[in-house]
Amino acid sequence: MRGIWTFVEVQDGAIEDVSLEVLGKASELAREKGVESSAVIAGWQLSNIVEETAKYPVDKIYYVEHELLRQYSPSAYAKALHQLVERHKPEIMLFGATYNGADIAARLAVKTGAGLIAHVVGLEIERETGMLIGHVPGFGGSIVAVCRCRPNVLQMATVRPGVLEKPQPAGGNAEIIKFSPELNEQDVGLRLVERSVSPTIDITRAERVVVAGMGTGGDLTPLKQLAEKIGAELAVTRPLADMGAAPRDVQIGSTGYSLRSKLAIIAGASGAAHFVSGIRDVKTVIAINTDPNAPIFEFADYYVVGDLFKIIPRLTQALAR
Amino acid sequence: MKIIVCVKVVPKVEEVSFDPETKTLDRSKATNELNEADKNALEAALRLKEKVGGTVVAVSMGPPFFEPFLKLCVAMGADDAVLLSDKAFAAADTYSTSYVLAQAAKKIGYDLILCGESTADSGTAQVPPQMAEWLGIPHVSYASTIEATDGKLLVRRTVKGGYELVETPLPALISVELGSNTPRFPDFKRKRWADREFKLTIWGSKDLTLDMQNVGRQGSKTDVIDLRMLAPTERKRIKIEGTEEEIAEKLASIIKET
Ligand SMILES: Cc1cc2nc3c(=O)[nH]c(=O)nc-3n(C[C@H](O)[C@H](O)[C@H](O)COP(=O)(O)OP(=O)(O)OC[C@H]3O[C@@H](n4cnc5c(N)ncnc54)[C@H](O)[C@@H]3O)c2cc1C
Ligand SMILES: Nc1ncnc2c1ncn2[C@@H]1O[C@H](COP(=O)(O)O)[C@@H](O)[C@H]1O
Repeated sequence: MRGIWTFVEVQDGAIEDVSLEVLGKASELAREKGVESSAVIAGWQLSNIVEETAKYPVDKIYYVEHELLRQYSPSAYAKALHQLVERHKPEIMLFGATYNGADIAARLAVKTGAGLIAHVVGLEIERETGMLIGHVPGFGGSIVAVCRCRPNVLQMATVRPGVLEKPQPAGGNAEIIKFSPELNEQDVGLRLVERSVSPTIDITRAERVVVAGMGTGGDLTPLKQLAEKIGAELAVTRPLADMGAAPRDVQIGSTGYSLRSKLAIIAGASGAAHFVSGIRDVKTVIAINTDPNAPIFEFADYYVVGDLFKIIPRLTQALAR
Repeated sequence: MKIIVCVKVVPKVEEVSFDPETKTLDRSKATNELNEADKNALEAALRLKEKVGGTVVAVSMGPPFFEPFLKLCVAMGADDAVLLSDKAFAAADTYSTSYVLAQAAKKIGYDLILCGESTADSGTAQVPPQMAEWLGIPHVSYASTIEATDGKLLVRRTVKGGYELVETPLPALISVELGSNTPRFPDFKRKRWADREFKLTIWGSKDLTLDMQNVGRQGSKTDVIDLRMLAPTERKRIKIEGTEEEIAEKLASIIKET
């Protein structure tokens, strides 16, 4: 019986949310298929992570431990995982589509001759064949390609963060299997010189969001004040993230994150296809733009033709009354 | 430094239409353009060349209509360009695409390969790391800056919540973040030369050392079994009008209700 594996990504001593989201789905799919669901943890001195993972619904945990995995390196991680895959031959292996997860998955797919379905927003098991089916958004997100791997290859997919629900802890009976890969210094290739990260907010879970577009000219002050007033998170379109006006982690769209909020107030965004795919699942959209023909109005429940620098401060004041 | 830049031509996504009856994409009316992130990769390559010397070669796998876009790369400053074009390469997924590109890179020779972070149409971001794996070289993805220092590269890459500075030996492959620089415009004289006199190299499957098992549709490991158009979310599209104060009041009450 060959099972479904989930790669559990560890960053700065904690499990990435998306890994748990994927693990939850993997366990559902495994039950449907009647196979085991396993988690794969790779790194150095991660027994606390193994313990944490064991709290979630999973049958087995493969713990791949090596000193050279202390630091992230896609080539060394892929080599270690390749050895584990050769040994236990899973049928399906899933990754979070994070910067590092996608890198490791891509290299592993070449090593193992696997099919790799990228950035899926939905996963299912095909009834007739028992094979993995992945839903891949393309062309800015308006079209979804339904993808399947070729028969008799390892079936792999990376899953977009924030599209699946995180499972509740329930379990505690996972069998833990330790594995020591053979690695040497040359496998690492890269050297991490510096890492500078700050805690991020998970914009995909925000209830209320204020989104700034280029119409702000990079001045986010009025939108920040509005967001504060209504308890919303601030997000941006791609060009503002490119400029560094806000971090990538709050960029909405096909190359950023998708919102699932109750409310989104979008000011000074034109409504490009790559952007609007990220607001599909918002319950109520309010858009403000000076251009009466701005495409964003097609994607709004309420819209205002006007200058955000005039409307937004007055709106913040009105909400204070 | 010998730099290869991998570029792809993509349709403007807004202009691609979908026929739900035949379940096919109509790209014929869409304007084609160089993939935006690949222009960033080319710009990064040209800046490196200006600093440390060397050559820049643009490479693309695709149909003959890519030709003018490779000439555009040359007009922007690439020294040479190679189009990998063959019916056998068609309908490739990232596995077989990365294989053919890797084999071409071996033939051309390189110290550094630059790619875009992802393509605007399919956007898998898989081709660069898969290519690096075929070649057995390190790769760094989502690079925003690249600096050459004594035979090594210092790369700043975007990660969740911030950035990492990573040092990589050469040869290496780096994928360049979309929007991380402003690609230059071709200079008029060079553009005219590229259009009129420059001879593009075109290689088919016979010109490369290939295991045909890994090429094109046959070499692919995935299939697209269905295409679906996502119905746009139903929106009310109610215009809020009045003086700025009135609009603010109306919006405030909508917000309070949601
Ligand atoms: C491969 C690829 C991936 C991409 N991924 C994404 C993505 O994930 N997310 C994303 O957002 N974009 C993405 N883009 C970019 C996308 O195509 C658009 O360029 C971008 O969304 C435009 O951002 P914008 O609406 O903020 O700016 P613009 O298109 O410049 O629009 C600014 C708008 O502000 C309005 N305006 C100006 N002044 C005012 C004012 N005072 N008050 C009110 N309105 C005003 C203008 O009328 C205009 O409509 C991607 C592009 C590519 C090629
Ligand atoms: N057919 C191709 N020819 C040349 N380069 C490509 C091709 N496909 C992908 N690439 C490169 O790989 C990057 C990522 O592509 P993708 O994995 O399709 O998102 C692109 O930005 C290009 O640099």
